[in-house]
Amino acid sequence: MPNSDDQPADSRADQPKPAIEPARNPSPTTSNRPGPLQGLRVLEIGEMVAAPYCAKLLGDLGAEVIKVERPVEGDRSRLRGPFPDDTPHAERSALFLYLNTSKRSVTLDLASEQGPAIFRRLAADVDIVVEDRPPGEFAELGLDYDALAKDNPGLIVTSITPFGQTGPNRANKSEHVNLYHSAGHASPFTPPSQQQSRAASKAGGYLGEYDAGLVAAVGTLAAVLGREWSGTGQHVDVSKQEAMMSLERVTIGRYANEPDPFSGRGPGGLINAKDGYLIVNTLEPRQWEGLLDTMGRPEWGKADWCREPAQRMERMAEIQQHIAEWAGTRTRDEIYHAAQSHGTPAGPVRNVEEVMAWNQSREREFFRELIHPEVGAVEYPTGPCRFSSLDWVGSAAPLLGQHNATVFGDALGYSRDELARLAEQGVI
Amino acid sequence: MVAGTEKPGPLTGIRVADFTWAWAGPQGSLLLSMLGAEVIKIESNARLDHARVHTLTAGSLTGGIDESPVFNDLNLGKRSLTLNLKKQRARDLVKDLVPHCDIVLQNMRPGVLDKMGLGYRELSKLKPDLIMLSSSAVGATGPERTYTGYAPTFACLSGMVDISGHPDEPPIALSGSVDLRVGTASAFAVLAALIHRKRTGEGQDIDLSSTEVMSSMMGEAFVGYALNGRLPERVGNRDRTLAPQGVYRNLDDAGDPQWTSIAITTDSEWDALKTVIADPQLDGESFATSTARRTHHDELDAIIERWTEQRSNQASVQLLQAAGIAAAVVHNGKSLATDPHLAERGIYQSVEHPLLGEVKVVGPPWKLEGANVPGPAPLLGQHNDYVLKEILGLEASEIDALVKDEIVY
Repeated sequence: MPNSDDQPADSRADQPKPAIEPARNPSPTTSNRPGPLQGLRVLEIGEMVAAPYCAKLLGDLGAEVIKVERPVEGDRSRLRGPFPDDTPHAERSALFLYLNTSKRSVTLDLASEQGPAIFRRLAADVDIVVEDRPPGEFAELGLDYDALAKDNPGLIVTSITPFGQTGPNRANKSEHVNLYHSAGHASPFTPPSQQQSRAASKAGGYLGEYDAGLVAAVGTLAAVLGREWSGTGQHVDVSKQEAMMSLERVTIGRYANEPDPFSGRGPGGLINAKDGYLIVNTLEPRQWEGLLDTMGRPEWGKADWCREPAQRMERMAEIQQHIAEWAGTRTRDEIYHAAQSHGTPAGPVRNVEEVMAWNQSREREFFRELIHPEVGAVEYPTGPCRFSSLDWVGSAAPLLGQHNATVFGDALGYSRDELARLAEQGVI
Repeated sequence: MVAGTEKPGPLTGIRVADFTWAWAGPQGSLLLSMLGAEVIKIESNARLDHARVHTLTAGSLTGGIDESPVFNDLNLGKRSLTLNLKKQRARDLVKDLVPHCDIVLQNMRPGVLDKMGLGYRELSKLKPDLIMLSSSAVGATGPERTYTGYAPTFACLSGMVDISGHPDEPPIALSGSVDLRVGTASAFAVLAALIHRKRTGEGQDIDLSSTEVMSSMMGEAFVGYALNGRLPERVGNRDRTLAPQGVYRNLDDAGDPQWTSIAITTDSEWDALKTVIADPQLDGESFATSTARRTHHDELDAIIERWTEQRSNQASVQLLQAAGIAAAVVHNGKSLATDPHLAERGIYQSVEHPLLGEVKVVGPPWKLEGANVPGPAPLLGQHNDYVLKEILGLEASEIDALVKDEIVY
């Protein structure tokens, strides 16, 4: 629950009536969504970033995703923003809108008497459940893998939790800052003794939470393929901490084998240009030579004092000083294009506005417009991969409970009266 | 336990021809290898994977090309076939091999493999339902498609670096983990394509931009900017709106600083924190709401740190979690290796490498039936005979000739 001061009293005043679908329904219908995962049915009960990102990745590739939200409040990300005019509103949160494309939303209170039974009926008719409840909670509700698999032996349940389903930390709570640092991602190459004055920073946004969602999506699809062999589904246990650790496996693995592994870099790295930062990497000799050509200093490639990598390591401070002086009089883009023309990897630090305006993004149509009834036409990033035969099929995020009538009514067969009663009782 | 002898995985029977090198591509095929696929890594003395010789994090490695722990870590359980693709005969052997494979992975600069006659268009003629994934710095199309990059540069281009770091310091350069995110996204795309192939019989040509993988992991920043026109700022270890959140200094451990991360997201958690810390200064008006606490964050951090500095990080976490507050030990490589929770979860596993001996590695990132640590990375060319003889049916004399002509090289 967010703090009271983050939720103005009127934030839910114009909540949609759950039983009525808006005429301008931007969300997927139950069938005919093309994409590589067409026909795969997913039930998501997740909040914030990790579980919703996992289900979004599947939905954006054509899977049918039903998102189960708490009645009235919905996913906590609905109140996290950013918002238009910085005014909190449950249907206008950028975090929710991005992470819940290509889904339908139903509301269901699992704490109500009928809630678990309705959830079981939904889970009986899907391939995958993605959930992020604290370990043990689903078992208490009779909704753990074993219980759900009785009705649906092919079911895959993917559980995404901070520290996994087992182990002494399994019940611990965690937000992104906790997760990021619990996986050792801040300055993994800096020995602790050098981090004296101030803790290293996490990465921006919710990167570690996205990591967990991505890793979980891989495990989930693997279980779908594994079903072909075994004939049954399974419970996939994803610890966010371990998901993040797997992405620093090289460094973490080296520390597991030697107490103080050697770590060093070539010249370059983060440099300050006239209009901001960029990174230049010189891992290979030809890339170092490319940087020297870019700087108009090809003779240094043969100079006695920095010809060999070991010499460059030794005189790194001096070399970096030369690079900084040169870079300080040029723009990021001048250096970027010039270094690239000499085969040296470089990339300017771009802000979101610059990424959205970048020719490369535009020409590849990486950002696509979706129309949402509350925020209108907005451009969204389209996702991490593109398939030759299939265009991106993402659709705008659902309103809270927008699909109660279609999912509970048409799919589960509840009558209009029953739905009205369930709504009145706060079940849906 | 020593890995390499487990039962079939979800991808048993799937064969991958893997041209990838460095970190990003090999992470993608590593995940497939952990899931039971047979990954044939096509490499060469003429173009050594630089994880065999030197890496961004390890500088130049002193051992030989078969003794790199970095290479081992990223190539567990793969087969190694050496082919010198500068030679036409080697390219022909690739064409012979592809019909025996389900998937081709590559991360050369866009266009390079096509020029060798080994692009999707050519290879899919030999294997119509081929799944091919090409990953690159900024994608296979667009004006900058031929640009080159490593993890730190695509992280910059994606927008992620700009929002990462303390507000009063330069942004933080993200490195190896970015490559592995790209590799993980590659595995995701390939599995989706396998599911699609099963249903339709169709193959796929997948274009993956490393930069786009990273931009996709901060989508709310783009949508947020589109909604309110405000650029997100760097917030260090804090949250944009909820407070307090941060990383706090603990008692040192033998001279090494120790830290605890703490995150408050609700008023009830704030009340719990006040009870645990029991400092009357926390009762002031300036900390009464989350917005007020965000405004007076520095002041608040100083009070919290006075409490954390009196105890170890483990003691702090225990007290805070018991009160229902999100808190965790800030780990580094060394402390992860001895963490009891991770030990109980069995996240570190051992492989027996012929030259490095027993090496600990981080296991699969899921508890998933059939996912395993599939044994050590291959020695260079270790499986030449297996591939050339058993899969392609060449005679020993033919293989000898290929070696002599530096085609198998």
